[in-house]
Amino acid sequence: MAKKETMTINMGPQHPSTHGVLQLVLELDGEIVVDAVPHIGFLHRGVEKLAENRTYHRALPLTDRLDYLAPMSNNLGYVLAVEKLLGITDKIPQRAKVVRVMMAELTRIKSHLVWLATHALDIGAMTVFLYCFREREAIMDMYEKLSGARMTSNYFRIGGLSQDLPEGFEDDVRAFIEAMPGHIETYEGLLTGNKIWQKRTIGVATISAEDAIDIGLSGPALRASGVDWDLRRDNPYSGYEEYDFNVIVRDGCDTFDRYKVRLDEMRESCKIIAQALDKLEPGPILADAPDVCLPPKKDVVNSIEGLIHQFKLITEGCKPEPGEVYQSVEAPKGELGFYIISDGSGNPFRMKIRPPSFVNLQALPQMVRGRLLADVIAAIGTLDIVLGEIDR
Amino acid sequence: MSQAVVAKLKGAFAASVLDVKEHRGEVTVTVKKEDIVPICQFLKDEAGYNFLCDLCGVDYLGQQPRFMVVYNLYNIATKERLRVKVPVAEDDACVDTVSTVWATANWHERECWDLMGISFNNHPDLRRILMPADWEGHPLRKDYPLQGPDREPYQGRLS
Repeated sequence: MAKKETMTINMGPQHPSTHGVLQLVLELDGEIVVDAVPHIGFLHRGVEKLAENRTYHRALPLTDRLDYLAPMSNNLGYVLAVEKLLGITDKIPQRAKVVRVMMAELTRIKSHLVWLATHALDIGAMTVFLYCFREREAIMDMYEKLSGARMTSNYFRIGGLSQDLPEGFEDDVRAFIEAMPGHIETYEGLLTGNKIWQKRTIGVATISAEDAIDIGLSGPALRASGVDWDLRRDNPYSGYEEYDFNVIVRDGCDTFDRYKVRLDEMRESCKIIAQALDKLEPGPILADAPDVCLPPKKDVVNSIEGLIHQFKLITEGCKPEPGEVYQSVEAPKGELGFYIISDGSGNPFRMKIRPPSFVNLQALPQMVRGRLLADVIAAIGTLDIVLGEIDR
Repeated sequence: MSQAVVAKLKGAFAASVLDVKEHRGEVTVTVKKEDIVPICQFLKDEAGYNFLCDLCGVDYLGQQPRFMVVYNLYNIATKERLRVKVPVAEDDACVDTVSTVWATANWHERECWDLMGISFNNHPDLRRILMPADWEGHPLRKDYPLQGPDREPYQGRLS
């Protein structure tokens, strides 16, 4: 019998389909993948170490830079964790909770749009990319109106929101969610029945429910393997229990079903946003807890007491009693968790982030073994990874 | 409900459970590191904690024992969480791997080794994961300078 030779090739870190700086060392037998070894860390900035050296308020902007396609989801996870640590979860005003849910769902749509755009582009469908980025731009404009930044929003605050919604914002959101289901139809029209799309996705990069739980998959990737688990419904936070929405579960375990799950999730997000808009009522946006919440900007610039108040909180920080909490949210990519330990000082003693992309990427080798090289591209796309969050 | 699991755990591993704490509704069980693998296996098989959310190391510099390894578990069927911790001494900074219980522990343990310098016995692939392969030191340790090694301490302040 002839000796079987394999070839090792390097994919990335500078490769457009790796969605950032992911390096894969692939062992190939012809065009069949024998093994794949991911190498990560090219974007490591030491976010956890930095957070230990900042006060709770000043660590918040670091979280924007984790999953930079879904900054508000990261903000939400962090502020919820700190609020739990401080014990002020019950004090968050209704309006702040509703706005948080609304923005988190807009963020989910935004993140899924980038996923669909790049995933389709990787597999060879160019048009979808252009359409998705057109809609994403509308959400980026809303981000800019709301927070002044298109990506690094830093909009939520410990205890509520940094500022109220600008004039006309609700109309923008309403117009967007009215148009969005039609756009999703358009994407589906381009892809779902498309023979090439089906051949590239159906039965590709499969993973069974049991394996998926074992390897720690979460979010849409897990729900497409038939596991009915969504933190918004099962461990509700920020008032999600008051909303009526479906958790999309499919059992195809393949790239096509993950695509369908995410598309349907965007439709559900539109439903949640519509309910949030109906719930929006005037009211306070910051918890009544002056010992931990930053004062409103107008107080800071108009009164000496406000200025001192802000100065004290920024320099010394709020001081939760010693203890530890783990709080997770259903980020667009899966379970995003913050494990924070307080030693009673103004800085987090330890902040561990549980990034969904980091754990999901771990499933890649077993999803591509024995499959064609071209399927690796589809598998990376379908996992929806963001290297900013993997490397932290 | 978590209390029932803790009682069950105490029944099965009476000598290993060192401490049980509750804070903000979250239960933390501290156990001896020698028994971490059987305990994790027990929690997975008997108590249904089939999902390991997160695993990380914590450095309590100046305290004895210096490190803690923290396991955040989740039960997908009952939607409950449980946190298990093991104390790890500095002069014997290693724990048995739980990647045989949950495959997802593989990368988490690599990260813990890389950033905190706690190694894992019988781990299938214990390499650095975020830092370069030839890096010296473990950046998340409390005695590791924020600026990185061999650099003048920054005299100003963080922004």
